Amino acid sequence: MTLYLLRRLFGMALVLLAMSFVVYGLIGLMPGDPIDLMVMSNPGMTAADADRLRALHGLDQPLIIRYWRWLTAALSGDFGFSRVYARPTLEIIGPALWQTTKLVSLTLVIGSLLSVLLGVAAAIRPRGKFDTIVSFFSFAGISLPTFWLALILILVFAVRLGWLPASGMGPSDPSSLWDSLRYLVLPVSTLVIANVGGLTRFARSSMIETLRMDFIRTARAKGARSARVVWRHALPNALTSVVTIIGLNFGTLLSGALVTETMFAQRGLGKTIYDAVLGNDFNLALVALLFATFATLLGNLLADLAYAWLDPRVSVT
Amino acid sequence: MTTATLTRASSSPWRLRWRRFYRNKAALSGLIVLGLLIVFSLLAAPLESFLEIDANNADLLSRFDPPSAQHWLGNDELGRDVLVRLMYGGQVSLAVGFAATLLGAMFGVTVGLLAGYFGGRTDAVLMRLTDGVIALPLLPLLIILAAIDLTKLGFSTDFARSGAASFYRIVLIIALVDWTRIARIVRASTLSVREREFILAARVSGAGTTRILVRNVLPNVIAPIIVACSQVLGSVILFEAVLSFLGFGIVPPTPSWGNMLNNAQELVTTAPALAIYPGLLIFITVVAVNFVGDGLQDAFDPRAN
Repeated sequence: MTLYLLRRLFGMALVLLAMSFVVYGLIGLMPGDPIDLMVMSNPGMTAADADRLRALHGLDQPLIIRYWRWLTAALSGDFGFSRVYARPTLEIIGPALWQTTKLVSLTLVIGSLLSVLLGVAAAIRPRGKFDTIVSFFSFAGISLPTFWLALILILVFAVRLGWLPASGMGPSDPSSLWDSLRYLVLPVSTLVIANVGGLTRFARSSMIETLRMDFIRTARAKGARSARVVWRHALPNALTSVVTIIGLNFGTLLSGALVTETMFAQRGLGKTIYDAVLGNDFNLALVALLFATFATLLGNLLADLAYAWLDPRVSVT
Repeated sequence: MTTATLTRASSSPWRLRWRRFYRNKAALSGLIVLGLLIVFSLLAAPLESFLEIDANNADLLSRFDPPSAQHWLGNDELGRDVLVRLMYGGQVSLAVGFAATLLGAMFGVTVGLLAGYFGGRTDAVLMRLTDGVIALPLLPLLIILAAIDLTKLGFSTDFARSGAASFYRIVLIIALVDWTRIARIVRASTLSVREREFILAARVSGAGTTRILVRNVLPNVIAPIIVACSQVLGSVILFEAVLSFLGFGIVPPTPSWGNMLNNAQELVTTAPALAIYPGLLIFITVVAVNFVGDGLQDAFDPRAN
């Protein structure tokens, strides 16, 4: 078990390392090199001045050396500065991470409850009326462009009905819990609708498969009531694979969160990356992307551990 | 059953697959809708000349004009014809979708064939890579990739700013992340094909590895490749839409269904219809593609369901 964990963590570190190297290298190809920007805004600057500045900041060194410097600094906890905010990147990423965590965890809780309920109800009578309706809506959910869904929700609930705010994160000193929660309703609804379709399809097929197994027939034969067979005997077994898929879809969820945060002006991790790239603030973009990747890998790992914990037949080695 | 039907059924697995697909109502209507959407997009230029309008011609005096005999769906925020732009946008969005899926399929098929055929360490490394890419938060990564300045790669400024450049760029970066599913499916099929006798026979008769891979393995994994591609296409179209919407994909004035929604956040209050049409078309396209993909899956591998 310890060995397994160590191996997984080592693998995660490798992915992050490879990713940071690739993206660090790509930053050299991004527009708006800081020295170029200075040269452009200051006509009095000569090529020699620019070279001196480059040498001063170590920008004349080969890529691999610059990356090594960045990496050793990062490993000691110094992730550099954001060009736009002129503050350490971690100070910006901290609150963003919290905002995204709020969005994503609410989505996960509501989304998995909803999809398991719908999936189970649909699986009881496959190809029945309810199943057809659920299948149709899950298909629709998978096929919806998230940003357009957000637009429609804004159009209906903020513009037409005026029930909820169209964007923003609410006052900094909310007068009540609802005052801050109501800003989360539309973003979380968007994310839930966008993700619940795939999850429901998965919960449904996993449940259908379980209901076909021998132990279900045994349970029915010994006279267990139908509801008990479904919820007590079948569901826990079907859940294990649903948990795995939730963990594996973590990256997709964070991609969706980027769109949602951008649409609803929520300063989360995704919007931070988006704004950083738009503002040529590539160090911030890189660090935020690494955090998003780390969160995804951690989600995968937790899902695998949960799978092994829920299903004693699986041993992690 | 007569011998005639038996031989006919066994003579063409493709006909059998088509028959199974044809019986699937959802899949068949998906295919028809997709065909209609392609026809709809291709009619852009004829309709443009028929109505004597120009899709890129901004006319600030006729901003947000309601539908009329000349502008069937009215005008957008720059006074351009909405319908014709939707049709041209369809060409771009569908072309990006098919091109990025095909390019990704080439990566994926290569990786899957090599991993499945050679096994061992090659397989371990390639599949680790595939799993690594699958786990990534793809949209943030794509946004960073899309920000690369093409002039720093040695392209001319004119090319870097052109619509063609944004087309090739988005096709390439989406292909960089969409190959993973295809690679895994091809690998799994290759694993079973390589154990078959005809591969051994080919090897015994002296065929080289490349020849075996291309002439013997590839034709036998083509069915799963088609299914995988049809399932990837929907997500590719969604990626193009969201990247263009965020301003990292197809650059205006070239329309795509994604970038027609660039200003949609303001439009929801002024002209909601303009915010609805492009998204609705994306939605219908992806639903149709996913229905086709599901139908192909059932038709090619009936045991899976």
